Amino acid sequence: MNKRAIDIWVGFFVAIGVAALFFLALKVGNLLNFKEERNGYELMVKFDNIGNLKPRAPVKSAGVVVGRVEKIRLDPQTFQASVRIHLENQYQFPRDTIATIFTSGLLGEQFVGLEAGGDTEMLKDEQEIKKAQSAIQIEKLISQFMFNQAQSGASAGAGNAGNTNPSAGVKP
Amino acid sequence: MNAILNWFAGIGVTTRGAIARLGFATRFLVAVVKASGTTFLRPRLLIRELYHAGVLSLVIVLMSGLFVGMVLALQGYETLVRFGATEAMGVLVALSLVRELGPVVAGLLFASRAGSAITAEIGLMKTTEQLAAMEVMAVNPIARVVAPRFWAGVISLPFLAALFSTLGIYGGYLVAVKLIGIDGGAFWGQMQAAVDWRYDVMNGVIKSIVFAFAVSLIAVFEGYDATPTAEGVSAATTRTVVTSALAILTIDFVLTVFMFRGSVNG
Repeated sequence: MNKRAIDIWVGFFVAIGVAALFFLALKVGNLLNFKEERNGYELMVKFDNIGNLKPRAPVKSAGVVVGRVEKIRLDPQTFQASVRIHLENQYQFPRDTIATIFTSGLLGEQFVGLEAGGDTEMLKDEQEIKKAQSAIQIEKLISQFMFNQAQSGASAGAGNAGNTNPSAGVKP
Repeated sequence: MNAILNWFAGIGVTTRGAIARLGFATRFLVAVVKASGTTFLRPRLLIRELYHAGVLSLVIVLMSGLFVGMVLALQGYETLVRFGATEAMGVLVALSLVRELGPVVAGLLFASRAGSAITAEIGLMKTTEQLAAMEVMAVNPIARVVAPRFWAGVISLPFLAALFSTLGIYGGYLVAVKLIGIDGGAFWGQMQAAVDWRYDVMNGVIKSIVFAFAVSLIAVFEGYDATPTAEGVSAATTRTVVTSALAILTIDFVLTVFMFRGSVNG
C-alpha cells in the first residue's frame, strides 16, 4: 500500500471520527439549545415540597420548554425548598405568574410548569415567583384514597348516614 | 514452620515483582512521553501507525456498534413496553451508548484488535534484535518504534468510541423506528431532552481518552517488556488483552463513581 493511499485512509478516519463527535454533541446532546440557555435570566421559587424535582429538569409553560431548573436547596429559615430556575430571554413572564410542579405521565419525570397571570409588569432577573404550588405526592394521594374508601366502607356497613360528609377526607 | 515461611516469602516475591513491574511501566511511560518529540516532528511515522491502529479497526468497531445498538433497542423495547414508556427508547439507547458502552466496548475491541497487534509487533522486533540494532545505529527505539504506536492508539480510540456510539444510536433508530414502529420524533426529541452535552457526551469522551492512554501504554509496554522468545511474545500478547480488559473495566467503575454519582440530587 503506497503512502498516498495510507494518507487518504487516515484522513478519512479522522474526518468521520470528528463527524461522529459532532453528531453526538449536536444531534444527541443538543449543544445548540445548551448555548441558547446561557443568555437568559434567573428566578427564584419557594415550594413547600418539590417531590422528585431534580436540577436540569425542564421548566415549561403551556407545554413548551422555556428554561431549566438550575439549583435546589433548602431554605434554613422557612424550611421550604428554594428552587432557582433559568429562563431564556425571549420568554418574559408577568409578576403574578403561578409556578407548579407537575409530573409527566403517572410515574414520569417532574418539571416546573409556569402559568402566566395578567399583570402588566414583568418578572426581572433574580426576582421571586410568589405564587407556588407544591408537587403532588402520589403516596399521599393513594393513602387519602385508601382512607376514604375505608371510611365510606365502614359507614356503609354501619347502615345509615353513609354520605353525611363526603368531602371530609379530601382535604390534604 | 518452614513451609509457612516459604509461603509468606512467595507472597512477598510476587508483591515485589508486581510493584517493580508497575514502577518499570511508569518509568517507561515517562520515557515514551519524553521521546515523543520525534513522533510529532515526523508525522509520517504517526500516520502509518494511525492507519494500522485506527483505520484497520474501523470495520469491527462500526459493525459491533451497529449491532449493539440494534440489540439494545430490541431488548429495551421488551422492558419499556410493559411500562408503556416506549418513547423513552431514544434516551435508553443514547445514554447507555454515550456513557458506558461506547467507550468500554470500543476500548475492549481496540485492545484485542490493535493492542495485541502492537504488542506482537514490538515483541517480535525485540526477539529478532531489531530494537538492539537500532540502538547500535544510535536511533532511539523508544522514539522511533514505541512512541508513534503509543500516540496512534491514544488518538484513535476516542474517535473509534465516538463512531461506535454514533453507529449504535443509528442501529437503535433503525430497530426502534423502522422495525418496531416507535414514533421517530419522540425517539430523537426525548433523546435530545435527556442527553446533556457536557454531562453525558463530554464525560463519555473523557472516559474514552483515559482508556486510550491505558490500553496504548499496556500494549507498548508488554511488547517492549516481552521475553524475547516465541513463547514470550505469545504470552505478552495474551497479557495485553487480559490486562487491558481488566484495566478498562476497573477504571470505568472508578470514573463512573466520580462522574455520575451526583446525578440523583445534583
